[in-house]
Amino acid sequence: MDKQKALFQYCLRLADSSLIMGQRLSEWCGHGPVLEEDIALTNIALDLVGQATAILNYAGKVEGKGHTEDDLAFLRPEREFRNVLLAEQPNGDYAFTIARQFLFDVYQYYYYQSLQKSKDETLSALSEKSLKEVTYHLRHTSQWMLRLGDGTPESHERVQRAINELWMFTGDLFDMDEVDALLLKEGVSIDLKEVKGKWENHVAELLEKATLQLPVQTFMQAGSRAGKHTEHLGFLLAEMQYLQRTYPDVKW
Amino acid sequence: MYTETHSREMILKILSEIPDPEIPVITIKDLGILRNVELNSEGCRVTITPTYSGCPAMKAIEDQIRSTLQLHGIGNVEIKTLYAPVWTTDWISDEAKEKLRKYGIAPPEKKSLDKGSLLGKAKHPACPQCGSMNTEMISQFGSTACKALYRCKDCKEPFDYFKCI
Repeated sequence: MDKQKALFQYCLRLADSSLIMGQRLSEWCGHGPVLEEDIALTNIALDLVGQATAILNYAGKVEGKGHTEDDLAFLRPEREFRNVLLAEQPNGDYAFTIARQFLFDVYQYYYYQSLQKSKDETLSALSEKSLKEVTYHLRHTSQWMLRLGDGTPESHERVQRAINELWMFTGDLFDMDEVDALLLKEGVSIDLKEVKGKWENHVAELLEKATLQLPVQTFMQAGSRAGKHTEHLGFLLAEMQYLQRTYPDVKW
Repeated sequence: MYTETHSREMILKILSEIPDPEIPVITIKDLGILRNVELNSEGCRVTITPTYSGCPAMKAIEDQIRSTLQLHGIGNVEIKTLYAPVWTTDWISDEAKEKLRKYGIAPPEKKSLDKGSLLGKAKHPACPQCGSMNTEMISQFGSTACKALYRCKDCKEPFDYFKCI
């Protein structure tokens, strides 16, 4: 694998995780438990889709086949998506969405903090920009984790169950392969082992504050780096890509 | 060739008057979205930077830049989106902040977001209606990506606060 191919893959991983998480969150539009939360989740979705758009635009240039960000978002099949497995998990109840978002926000927070120092100017600039937004997201989901965890027995139980169910998808966040190895050597990408340490500390600390139990180490699902997804991604893409698949190149 | 009839400064002045599509009392220059104008033999290159990655107004702003320049006979326009240096509310001028306040939006406080305070207390901006500091946050997220929702506990009016980032 050469550097250009690796960089393209790397951009897809970053962009797809934001895109799929943004798409999931946007499913809450009009269904939020209260109006303010409806607005909050869709605001976060908007930031994430915006981040994905910028990175996919760059990915298209790196790939050099004339693909736009829209081509990459709407015309790739499931196996070509490189989003982390956590992002594609269905919304569940509100506690589940908040728990998933919190785990993802902490990940993005330390990820972008590190990637700001990338030698790739575009990735560095986009990371610096995204970090400001992610910090805001993390503040929001942290507060909700505390409220739900340290709330009523019902909210506590629901958010604990969500964390337990999601835990097996958190190992995939930090998997590294030859793409990472190659780009890490070039100073372009980051060492996910470092991010993992920070992520674990942060999550453990907040769960404790929220009176929640850290799940015990369990089987970890892997596969997103190679485009192997859980059964949920296909359904999400079927909806997200419907218009472009049915009316190719339609504009409105 | 319009580069002979229009100087860079003239084009900058024309673009400086374009209002923000979401908050029409201030311009894209006031907000710091308009970064630069360059002239070359091909035409004119305008550099803009987004406030938020997903700001849906960026497309409208691009369209408006093109149509405004078109009206002045400037056709060959390239628009470049720049991400670094990263946009910050610190770029909003004091004059523009005053315009925001008069419009009913509490302007951002001086310093941009403190990254350390992930669980920090919400800020208490002054109510743009009555000036009271006795305000509280209703929601961290507001009607657009750049705003949060507050209410004044004295005059009881809800208001938008332009978030600091």
